[in-house]
Amino acid sequence: MSVLTRKFSFLASVVALVFFVVFSSFGKASGSADGGEAFNASEVIIHHVLDDHTWHFWDGHYGTLYLPVIVHSSERGLEIFSSKNFYDEHHNVVEYNGYSLDHGHIYLNGNPVLDISITKNVAMLLINATLLIVVFLSAAKTSKRNSGKAPSGIQSFLEPIIVFVRDEVVKPNIGHHYEKYLPYLLTLFFFILFGNLLGLLPGAGNLTGNIAVTLTLAVFTFILTNISGNKAYWGHIFWTPGVPLPLRLVILPVEIVGVFTKPISLTIRLFVAITAGHIVLLSLISLAFIFQSVAVGFVSSLIVLFINLIELLVAGIQAYVFTLFTSLYIGMAIADHEHH
Amino acid sequence: MELLTPGTGLIIWQTFVFLLLVLLLSRFAWKPILSSLKEREESIKNALETAEQARAEMARIQADNEKLFKEAREERDKLLKEAREASNRMKEEAQLDAKKAADKIIDDARAAIQIEKQAALKDVRVQVAMFSLQIAERLMKKNLSSDKAQKDLVEGFINELKLN
Repeated sequence: MSVLTRKFSFLASVVALVFFVVFSSFGKASGSADGGEAFNASEVIIHHVLDDHTWHFWDGHYGTLYLPVIVHSSERGLEIFSSKNFYDEHHNVVEYNGYSLDHGHIYLNGNPVLDISITKNVAMLLINATLLIVVFLSAAKTSKRNSGKAPSGIQSFLEPIIVFVRDEVVKPNIGHHYEKYLPYLLTLFFFILFGNLLGLLPGAGNLTGNIAVTLTLAVFTFILTNISGNKAYWGHIFWTPGVPLPLRLVILPVEIVGVFTKPISLTIRLFVAITAGHIVLLSLISLAFIFQSVAVGFVSSLIVLFINLIELLVAGIQAYVFTLFTSLYIGMAIADHEHH
Repeated sequence: MELLTPGTGLIIWQTFVFLLLVLLLSRFAWKPILSSLKEREESIKNALETAEQARAEMARIQADNEKLFKEAREERDKLLKEAREASNRMKEEAQLDAKKAADKIIDDARAAIQIEKQAALKDVRVQVAMFSLQIAERLMKKNLSSDKAQKDLVEGFINELKLN
């Protein structure tokens, strides 16, 4: 009986949390709806999944975190100022010191500048990196202390995942020389996993669902794969053995395209999977505001809870898939093609 | 589309932070964690192998023991059998010896009896002769004039004899 009660109270608190997220994220939207402006679900959703120069948690004076803007232009050099300068007290976008903000892009007197601001996603990136360092350095400390003994604490939680990545993902796909690539692949796996999970937190930014992030990771994989590529790998691309001459000329462009489709597919897969998840969650929450009904809100919150659990699964699967394909590509690049 | 155009700033930050992460984690996290994992795996493997060897050794020792036991049992049985045979043989020999000795004693006794008997008979014969001589002497001493007197005398001796 007590277990049932506990389960119910847990469920209730989760539902309450979801409601909290709804109201904190949409407070502004519903506020403007009251002011006569219609609620625009797609605008709100896209605003959430995109990067931003501010980090909006809830309405009110302290609800928004104004992140620092760092811009570089040939005219003015490097300049750092708060993104608060772009907003007046009614949260309207204004010009500041010649800089203007338009749809997340900063222009100086109408010309685009190099924007290396600490945006919401950069902040998420730094949080993710800090978390990774704290977690894994403490695990490393424990594992040094427990050398030759049974694992304990956070080490016993992380070790099975590390062993899984090593034995099920990296080793079978890369083969004998897997140890050289293991640090990169483990970092990749845990960066994506932690990023995906952090992104599911209420109010968090959509780090691993940002195409710039997934593109950068895919480019790292692309570079690593092609640097590692041996003679057999390049031979296969430029002069496929065991195929008649005319066919080789047909295969050549296909193979060259193939080299680039690999990182592109990595980029798009992770970006789409995570962003789509966020869009689905936000769309379901938006239903409450579109229908302006508490009943719809309650039902959609339950569905959101369910989708959230699926998103937890997706977070793990996408980290696994990205690492798996990276291992596969590296494995293909360094394999000895003895069977020809 | 804003969603599909990667932002330059984020790419720069991501490149920088991710490279730093790879370097830091490789040096300070993956290396110790992986080496301790490997060490533990090795030690578990070694422990298992040692246990396997110990088990094999144990089985071998047990087989040896069993063999030794079997040999010892056979040895014991053989010794017992031999001892039994030896004791039987000794018993038989002893019986034989005893019988021989007894026979000899009986023969000796018989011979002694025979000798004693011979001696006794001889003694009797001498006694009888002595009695006869005494009788003759007495007869001669007495005046054996009358028949009656002789007759009385003889009867008197005979009675004496009977009394003896």
